[in-house]
Amino acid sequence: MDWDFAATTFWRLMAALPLTLEVWFLSVVLGGLIAAGVVWMRVSGSRPLEILARAYVAIFRGTPLLIQLFLVYYGLASLPAVRHSILWPVLRDPLYCGVLALGLCTAGYQAEIFRGALLAVPHGAGEAAKACGMSGLLMFRRIVFPIALRHALPAYSTEMISMVKATALVSLITLWDVLSVALKIRNDTLVTYLPLILAGAIYFTINYILGAAFLSLERRLSPHLRARPS
Amino acid sequence: MDILKIFGFGEGGWGLALLAGAGMTLLVSACGLLIGAVIGALVAWSRLSGNRLAGAAGEAYAALFRGLPELLVVYFVYFGSSTLLTTGAKLVGYDGFIGVPSFVAGALAVGVISGSYQAEVFRAAYLAIVKGELEAAVSVGMDRWLMFQRIIAPQVLRFALPGLGNLWQVALKDSSLISVTGLAELMRVSQVGAASTHQPFAFYVGGLVLYLAMTLVTTRLFDIAEARATRGMRRIAG
Repeated sequence: MDWDFAATTFWRLMAALPLTLEVWFLSVVLGGLIAAGVVWMRVSGSRPLEILARAYVAIFRGTPLLIQLFLVYYGLASLPAVRHSILWPVLRDPLYCGVLALGLCTAGYQAEIFRGALLAVPHGAGEAAKACGMSGLLMFRRIVFPIALRHALPAYSTEMISMVKATALVSLITLWDVLSVALKIRNDTLVTYLPLILAGAIYFTINYILGAAFLSLERRLSPHLRARPS
Repeated sequence: MDILKIFGFGEGGWGLALLAGAGMTLLVSACGLLIGAVIGALVAWSRLSGNRLAGAAGEAYAALFRGLPELLVVYFVYFGSSTLLTTGAKLVGYDGFIGVPSFVAGALAVGVISGSYQAEVFRAAYLAIVKGELEAAVSVGMDRWLMFQRIIAPQVLRFALPGLGNLWQVALKDSSLISVTGLAELMRVSQVGAASTHQPFAFYVGGLVLYLAMTLVTTRLFDIAEARATRGMRRIAG
């Protein structure tokens, strides 16, 4: 095995890591914001808003991310109305298109996670808060949000990891993320597997660290569930 | 060009090609799910067997394929299976490159990914079987095969059905990634249509609608199957 080649390949892949992480971070944050809106619509009690939120979740969870990505990047860009709108500077950039598509998609999943976490907050906790005279916002901040957060964490960490994996799709819309750099090296050097294996190792390590971080956060946030020190 | 004509079945219409693509998507996803079921059952078995080494290998497999991007697995299986086959052919005397058909490589890739998740579904389903029933089967003198056939398999399938329904949806969506190998499934047909008519928006919306129809209809089928499989059970919630 050629160690020099392996080392150069590894560092070239690492140089593409910031882009992968950038796409991940921006789309997760965007998705979280959209999801908050979707959940609010879903539990608002208004029938039309609820139907809209259900449709959103069904569409973005029921279709492949790849076709959503291509619809945003190639589809929207082909419409004259979009080309002449003020959104064009955003939608012509593959980075923003990737972030937008990934964000819209993860919002569908995150919305369901948030909703499930909200439903897991015991009814009595809300009643008790009201009985103490808490306002809606104070109750949300002190009672609902902390309980829901703990319930959401395990599913949320799974979603964060699948978003790291999803960023690999932006390699298909001309962005130089870790996977596309690996494929480029593979094409240029005709070394079949090493670039892909190294790229896989990088993705796997990130996911491993992410999973461990969430697990430790989960432990820190639920000290009451741990066994008592004897 | 008129949208109706693009999606029509007449001359220059893409209706038939898109439907054929959707059919190919269903076929390759179903094959992937089946391959995944075999892999998943083996991995679950290795983890339940009590054999430390087999258990560790099963766990490593599941952790690995759940931690890698699906697209990378698709590329890897696609390139790797051809190399494997070519090397194998060399051993029996055939010289030259043999490419694995993209359908086979695609189904294999979807199956390898799905298997890593199905392993957990099967394992949880096995653990949900009431231990007393297994003891009862042993005490009436069933051998292991009969016990598997009459007690374990029916219940594992029943308990695994909701999880398998989710994984079917995942397989269906993952199958779109096989388009990078050139297999004419729905995603690929949408791309080709978009490129040759210069109507990407129409084609990707059309593909999206077909995918949505497939997931909604097949999810409903899984719900019906679940209701049928659990019709004799009393449940706390449901």
